[in-house]
Amino acid sequence: MSFWSRHKIFETNSIILILGVLIVISIGGLVEIVPLFYLKSTIEKVEGVRPYTPLELAGRNIYVREGCYNCHSQMVRPLRDEVERYGHYSLAAESMYDRPFQWGSKRTGPDLARLGNKYSDDWHKDHLKDPRAVVPGSIMPSYPWLEKTELDTASIAQELKVQATLGVPYSDEMLKNAESDIRVQANADDPNAVDLAKRYPKAQSRTFDGNPLKVTEADALIAYLQMLGTQVDFKLYDNKANVR
Amino acid sequence: MAQAVAPSKGMTFGEMGSALAFAALALLSIIIAAKAYTPEYAFHAYLFAAASVAAVFAIVNRYYERPADLPPLTIGGKPNYNMGPVKFATIASVVWGIAGFTIGLLIALQLAFPALNFDTAWLSFGRMRPLHTSAVIFAFGGNVLIASSFYVVQRTCRTRMVGDIAPWFVVLGYNFFIVIAGTGYLLGITQGKEYAEPEWYADLFLTIVWVTYFLVFLGTVMRRKEPHIYVANWFYLAFILTIAVLHLGNNASIPVSLFSPKSYIVWSGVQDALVQWWYGHNAVGFFLTAGFLAIMYYFIPKRAERPVYSYRLSIIHFWSLIFMYIWAGPHHLHYTALPDWAQTLGMVFSVMLWMPSWGGMINGLMTLSGAWDKLRTDPILRLMVVSVAFYGMATFEGPLMSVKAVNSLSHYTDWTIGHVHAGALGWVAYISFGAIYCLVPWLWNKKELYSMKAVSWHFWISTLGIVLYISSMWVAGILQGLMWRAYTSLGFLEYSFIETVEAMNPFYVIRALGGAFFVAGSLIMAWNVWKTISVGETVEEAPQAMQPVLIAAE
Repeated sequence: MSFWSRHKIFETNSIILILGVLIVISIGGLVEIVPLFYLKSTIEKVEGVRPYTPLELAGRNIYVREGCYNCHSQMVRPLRDEVERYGHYSLAAESMYDRPFQWGSKRTGPDLARLGNKYSDDWHKDHLKDPRAVVPGSIMPSYPWLEKTELDTASIAQELKVQATLGVPYSDEMLKNAESDIRVQANADDPNAVDLAKRYPKAQSRTFDGNPLKVTEADALIAYLQMLGTQVDFKLYDNKANVR
Repeated sequence: MAQAVAPSKGMTFGEMGSALAFAALALLSIIIAAKAYTPEYAFHAYLFAAASVAAVFAIVNRYYERPADLPPLTIGGKPNYNMGPVKFATIASVVWGIAGFTIGLLIALQLAFPALNFDTAWLSFGRMRPLHTSAVIFAFGGNVLIASSFYVVQRTCRTRMVGDIAPWFVVLGYNFFIVIAGTGYLLGITQGKEYAEPEWYADLFLTIVWVTYFLVFLGTVMRRKEPHIYVANWFYLAFILTIAVLHLGNNASIPVSLFSPKSYIVWSGVQDALVQWWYGHNAVGFFLTAGFLAIMYYFIPKRAERPVYSYRLSIIHFWSLIFMYIWAGPHHLHYTALPDWAQTLGMVFSVMLWMPSWGGMINGLMTLSGAWDKLRTDPILRLMVVSVAFYGMATFEGPLMSVKAVNSLSHYTDWTIGHVHAGALGWVAYISFGAIYCLVPWLWNKKELYSMKAVSWHFWISTLGIVLYISSMWVAGILQGLMWRAYTSLGFLEYSFIETVEAMNPFYVIRALGGAFFVAGSLIMAWNVWKTISVGETVEEAPQAMQPVLIAAE
């Protein structure tokens, strides 16, 4: 019986063939994925990373809805030119609450991992409305409907709850205030902004789209864009403590 | 009811069960539509309701129309093949192909001329790009795979497909999933995971369709009249099975509510990234490679009338290909926050993957030994052979790009887009065109295609398109990568980002031109298929597709 004739068992028995395929395709995935859930070195210990505020989360969902990830990455690689162009390279911890992750795979436009606080709200507003008004060579689509569309907040409390079920540390207080926190954060001088900032450190509250009358999708998206990459204070970050 | 009803006629368990299941789905969909959080979701719920009602109607109607007995397994000693679903999927693949290529052309033009986004949500690049990728991969490619697998498994097992309603449910259900997925993207319903954008309810529905597909295929294999399972069926089985595993793993999510289209994935951040690219790369490895290798293993030997070059090579390359592909996902995450050990593993296996890939290429190409002259006379065989050559090229380029040093330049650039299209246009689409050109005369009992000259035109026009596409994207990608990392003599970054965007314009225009050629080719194919079916010369006996020679184990 030659070596090759031993293969006959797979060719004549479909169940054995299926089991063989299942075993062979399982190994690689198990070896690579499972350790990510228990190796402590996978996600660095860093100060400052917190769950998204309801407004930021709503903005992030608009980012996902419009497919921004098709052209923008959110992952600065530790290469000299990228660190100089965008800022400190991205840490795994910075996307630990991202569902789904939005690292992206293409840079038709620039990386956005460190976009927060680089441009003014007005710049973002004008840029979303008509990118070529502020960057003449841009090939980004215009998103004029964002500042006209009122933000749908009906399910935001439920969305936070689902995230909490999945392990995102949303406290009961955060869940309770989810819907009102949206209005608080999108307002210039809401007295409750202090409480919001206590729940979500460094949360920025103001009328992001310049229109105080209503909370729009532009408010949410700009609030999200303005916090991207700002949570970790890299003046205090010790990368030697987290050699990975 | 006009037909005489045989006294013993009764609904089968399958008819009764599926009619009831669809009725229940219709009811559930209407309830969801009434309470849906968003109008977009309500629209989808109504689509589900309408489709379910139509399904109930079709099942009942079919029951009254059909004779008392189900179709026999054999007629006059010959297998009574079930080709209805195969025909539907074949036509669907031609239609979806044109749609997918055309949307691709539109988004290519949007990158060159942003005014073509028309300031409209539905037409903006971010929503259209998933529509393009899903339309070509899942709608076009998926229908080719379903059609060819149902054809090949019946022929090589010499038996009628298992199931009465099930094969139709697979074909129609799959195409309904495509409609839900595609309209969802345009309406802004997306999970935001590349190549896995459909939301939870579409994923759930696809799971049911896919399990049915697996059972029909497996049942047919188990009913075979041949002692050995033909090599093409190993690849089909591996493709169906692995896609099921990947789909379940990458789409594990919790919906916000039964009445909300939105869900949150159970994985987050770095783990989600690796699960996504474990899925994403193996959508390439199993959907776009294993499945289409199965097509290669049936249609090239058939068309060339030569046996598969090496039986042993097919064993080695089958097992090593499916083993190694699974490891290659991390090469999409080089230099990211994914741990280095995982990146390195991914790179090593990606480089090793070169060998099984070329094993498959050699087995496909060398099958033409003694029949190379047919390339001059048979444009269909030429399409398929060039496709295998593109497969070889893309699977050399892939390992090259997975090397970290190369990837640091190529990643995030249009080089990746060029690489993907060398595989997608050159390999996947060409082997699909070859299979469609073979299948249409066989399925509709035609002597030959309506026009072989048109196949030649299709071949040359689309080859020109591919060459324009991939060469422009090579230049664009490498230029982009080099500009991003260029420094002045004073040590400053030389180019602002927008300068690198502006530099891409001519290449985007050339790429769109290439895409236009490819669309033109597919229109020629559609015309040819249409003419073959409507006015092609009919043969008396269905051309018995000769069994590709399988050399049994020694």
